[in-house]
Amino acid sequence: MSQATLRIQKISAHSGTVPGEDTQRQYQVCKLVDTTTCIGCKACEVACVEWNDMPFSPTAFGNTYQTMPETRWNYWNLILFNEHEREDGTLQWLMRKHQCMHCAEPGCLEACPADGAIVQYTNGIVDFQQANCIGCGYCITGCPFNIPKFNNVTKRMYKCSLCADRVSEGLEPACIKSCPTGCLHFGSKDDMTELAGIRAKQLRDHYGYDKAGVYDPPGVGGTGVIYVLHDATQPELYGGLPSNPSIPLAVKFWKHPLKWLGNIAMVGGLIGLFVHYLKFGPKAREEADLAPKGGA
Amino acid sequence: MKPRGMIGYHPEQIIPHDHILRYSFKERMNHWIAAGSFIYLMLTGLAFWTPWLFWIATMLGGAELSRMLHPWIGLVFFVSVCYMFTLWASQMNFEPVDKEWWNSLGHYIRNQDDQMPPAGRYNAGQKLLFWSFFIGGLLLLASGLVLWFTESIPWNLRWLRYLAVIVHAGTALLTIGNFMIHVYMGVFAERGAFGSVIRGDVSLAFAKRYHPGWYKEIVGETETQK
Ligand code: HEM
Ligand code: SF4
Repeated sequence: MSQATLRIQKISAHSGTVPGEDTQRQYQVCKLVDTTTCIGCKACEVACVEWNDMPFSPTAFGNTYQTMPETRWNYWNLILFNEHEREDGTLQWLMRKHQCMHCAEPGCLEACPADGAIVQYTNGIVDFQQANCIGCGYCITGCPFNIPKFNNVTKRMYKCSLCADRVSEGLEPACIKSCPTGCLHFGSKDDMTELAGIRAKQLRDHYGYDKAGVYDPPGVGGTGVIYVLHDATQPELYGGLPSNPSIPLAVKFWKHPLKWLGNIAMVGGLIGLFVHYLKFGPKAREEADLAPKGGA
Repeated sequence: MKPRGMIGYHPEQIIPHDHILRYSFKERMNHWIAAGSFIYLMLTGLAFWTPWLFWIATMLGGAELSRMLHPWIGLVFFVSVCYMFTLWASQMNFEPVDKEWWNSLGHYIRNQDDQMPPAGRYNAGQKLLFWSFFIGGLLLLASGLVLWFTESIPWNLRWLRYLAVIVHAGTALLTIGNFMIHVYMGVFAERGAFGSVIRGDVSLAFAKRYHPGWYKEIVGETETQK
């Protein structure tokens, strides 16, 4: 959805300038998820489906409390339930709210070939513009978090919009609004980073989680969704959260050196062939020239 | 004289006005199915390759349509490349003369055709082109299938997607490069070659100049004295 009140600072596959780049002083917005106070009630899942008017999506039972194995095109927000056995043999339940991370350097946007199918607003929200999407799926390849999901009927991609429509009107995202424990917070990136730091310190100093910390991976330029984790050294425990995510090397190689080499080679090749013709011309000028000397 | 592949080349192929039949209707038809589908694939592919060329997709009916048709036309291309294989592969083996020909490439580029070793029905460059399209077709199909159904690849097999984008784009670039040279040779450099894939025939003079080995096979040693 295009948000008139939000300016755009990055556009996928766009060959011109970008209207909102460096034009505004705007807060980077950020969602803080404190996994240590999540009780897995799934209110945020319901709020997301409700606010975004998405159709019913059947649940898939997999011997856990988790609603389904992965997010879907119409289910953008999923609590991942992970049972972790600690060294002392006791059990720890790690629950993580999984959704688009709104990377500062989004791999999806980098990979997308369609002009304006993915945009990043000046407040940092990464949003898919389905009207411009061609359904190629390159964004799936670019994303390090397995977020964009394909709708086989509309042939377009969908994912969490961080409720860009609500945020542009000064509201917090629907999931934040619904959380009963206060484990979800929303505000400027600076404020959320500070709050997350304070909470992590509290966990280390007073609750015995010496490895508690904040997840805000630098490999993708930092994210618009940050986590407080009991054990920040092992984010993989939380349903495969990558410990050092970045845009896949193959995607970087494809979109930069390979693209430039290819373009230079193609243009150079065309020029080369043209110059060859100017210099040498055709091998034989007319059919008559082909006639072997003194013969046929 | 060596026996040839599917289609025998014999003196009967000499047709009036000193022309030789070079390509049968089947060969010509298949050549143009391959060429037409390749051109469509190249244009729509390049539209997704760089934002600078996205307008191509717009001109061809919109990028959604291009995304929908590209893989299907890819299948057409692949089938026609396979048929081309059955038609021509037997004539595309590299022979000693091809190595010599390759070593004289500089003369060929400078249009000094009289200094070239006698190429057969296909010269070494044409053979290389054939194999690059055949192998390229296989790689493009394999990687193209991954790109086509990219959303169905499970997360733990995501390396397949990474491999596919690189292989598809890289192979497309290589085949596009060969394609540009091929079109240049056939349309601009070797006058008479274009007609051979349209009407099917070339002049005796053309055959003698560019494919002396083949010329001898067709007209026979005695005729060459003419
Ligand atoms: C043989 C069967 C083929 C299949 C199934 C196939 C399929 C695909 C698919 C699914 C894509 C993703 C985006 C799109 O749909 O356009 C793609 C991209 C592309 N294809 Fe193909 N393709 C095939 C053959 C070819 C051929 C012969 C070329 C010749 C030039 C080609 C050139 C390209 C290019 C340049 C791209 C864009 C790559 C990029 O953005 O990096 N494809 N192909
Ligand atoms: S499928 Fe993804 S990468 Fe492709 S056009 Fe749509 S948003 Fe862009």
